[in-house]
Amino acid sequence: MTTQKTIVHITINGDETDLLCEPRQSLLEVVRDVLGLTGSKEGCGDGNCGACTMLVDGRIVDSCLVLAVEVNGSTITTVEGLATPAGLHPLQQVFLEEAALQCGICTPGFLIAAKALLDQEPHPSEHRVRHWLAGNLCRCTGYDKIIRAVLKAADVMAPSQAHHH
Amino acid sequence: MHAFEYVVPKTVREAVKSLEEKGDQARPIAGGTDIIVQMRVGRRRPIRVVDVKQIPDLNELSIGPRAGLRLGAAVPCYRVYQNQAVAEAYPGLIDAASMIGSIQIQGRASVGGNLCNAAPSGDCIPALIVLNATAVIAGPNGTRELPVEEFCIGPGRNALQPGELLVSLRLPLPRRKSGAHYLRFIPRNEMDIAVVGVGASVTLDGRGEHFTTARVSLASVAPTPLLVTGVEELVAGQPLTEEVFERVAELARRQARPISDMRGTIEQRRHLVGVLTKRALRTAIQRAREA
Repeated sequence: MTTQKTIVHITINGDETDLLCEPRQSLLEVVRDVLGLTGSKEGCGDGNCGACTMLVDGRIVDSCLVLAVEVNGSTITTVEGLATPAGLHPLQQVFLEEAALQCGICTPGFLIAAKALLDQEPHPSEHRVRHWLAGNLCRCTGYDKIIRAVLKAADVMAPSQAHHH
Repeated sequence: MHAFEYVVPKTVREAVKSLEEKGDQARPIAGGTDIIVQMRVGRRRPIRVVDVKQIPDLNELSIGPRAGLRLGAAVPCYRVYQNQAVAEAYPGLIDAASMIGSIQIQGRASVGGNLCNAAPSGDCIPALIVLNATAVIAGPNGTRELPVEEFCIGPGRNALQPGELLVSLRLPLPRRKSGAHYLRFIPRNEMDIAVVGVGASVTLDGRGEHFTTARVSLASVAPTPLLVTGVEELVAGQPLTEEVFERVAELARRQARPISDMRGTIEQRRHLVGVLTKRALRTAIQRAREA
């Protein structure tokens, strides 16, 4: 029987670690409760809100809908992996400047989802940003400030090109 | 969530054995975006969860000149719509695969899983039905094939017997002058469950002026996604006119058996079936002409 705990090896925010996981534990649960990385939030627990969004092997997932045992060998990035000793990630900086958050519960998910988009598409259109972020809910901002912040971050991160609005 | 055993077979044979040992107490997991939610709320309580993502057959995504599309049951939606060849040959499937959930969900959820989950509203299912998809099923007694329109047998219930596993979906190559489209009505732009979904596929004559054949399939208006019967006979040889589209829409409206619930009423759904059937036909025809 493997209802017993099994060892899951992951690289999270650049650090390799072994985790002892029960099959029923979600990736979100393990990252928050075992590793103590509580930036990622549980909003709905069913894949609607995106507050638990993490990057797993370069793709965004709702980590509440991933079993920790499924990601053995994977590379994971959470919001804790965005800032460097040199300072905040441009997305984080612009979210502050543009007041793209109020209560902040959705913010870690938005930041990770937006980073995934800008890493693959440096200059997305507003429509593209809105579509990409449709899986992240925010009850405070009404979204406009978040969208504006992501578009501004795109300019900051790759200033050479114009937007394709 | 309840405790369960987690196994990761490497072959179809191992998976079938693993499923068979626990009968209806075992459940496969691919993307997990339905099964994990169901386990979390206690709606399903399998004692064994069989992760099928490491089986090569379930990860296949290829188009062959004879075989058509082979779509492994665990292939996530993003791989389907990011595949240029698949996107060009099966835009009707892409409509559905790029519509399910969010980018996050599409990174995990598979077309095969959407079918196995057997929701009346499963967006991929009408698309598969109108594209003449066949489900390839492995089980303790070997492999069998089933037309997708026979795969769902009730809300959340599919035709798989204990020990059986959906391995892949096979879609024949699109014929000349053919096209397909899936669309749905939802009150939001994204991230919602179809109030009504309609898939249509058409094949036109050489000049692109008359129907050769067509298929229409409906979601969210019956206990399972439906193939509308009689469409083929109705449209064969007919011109591509609004009058003919309306007759197909009327057929679809008559066969829809919607219920009223929080997402819509019987009357609204029946009306939507007609509207969306005509829209699906028009886009499918446009695609057929451009194909």
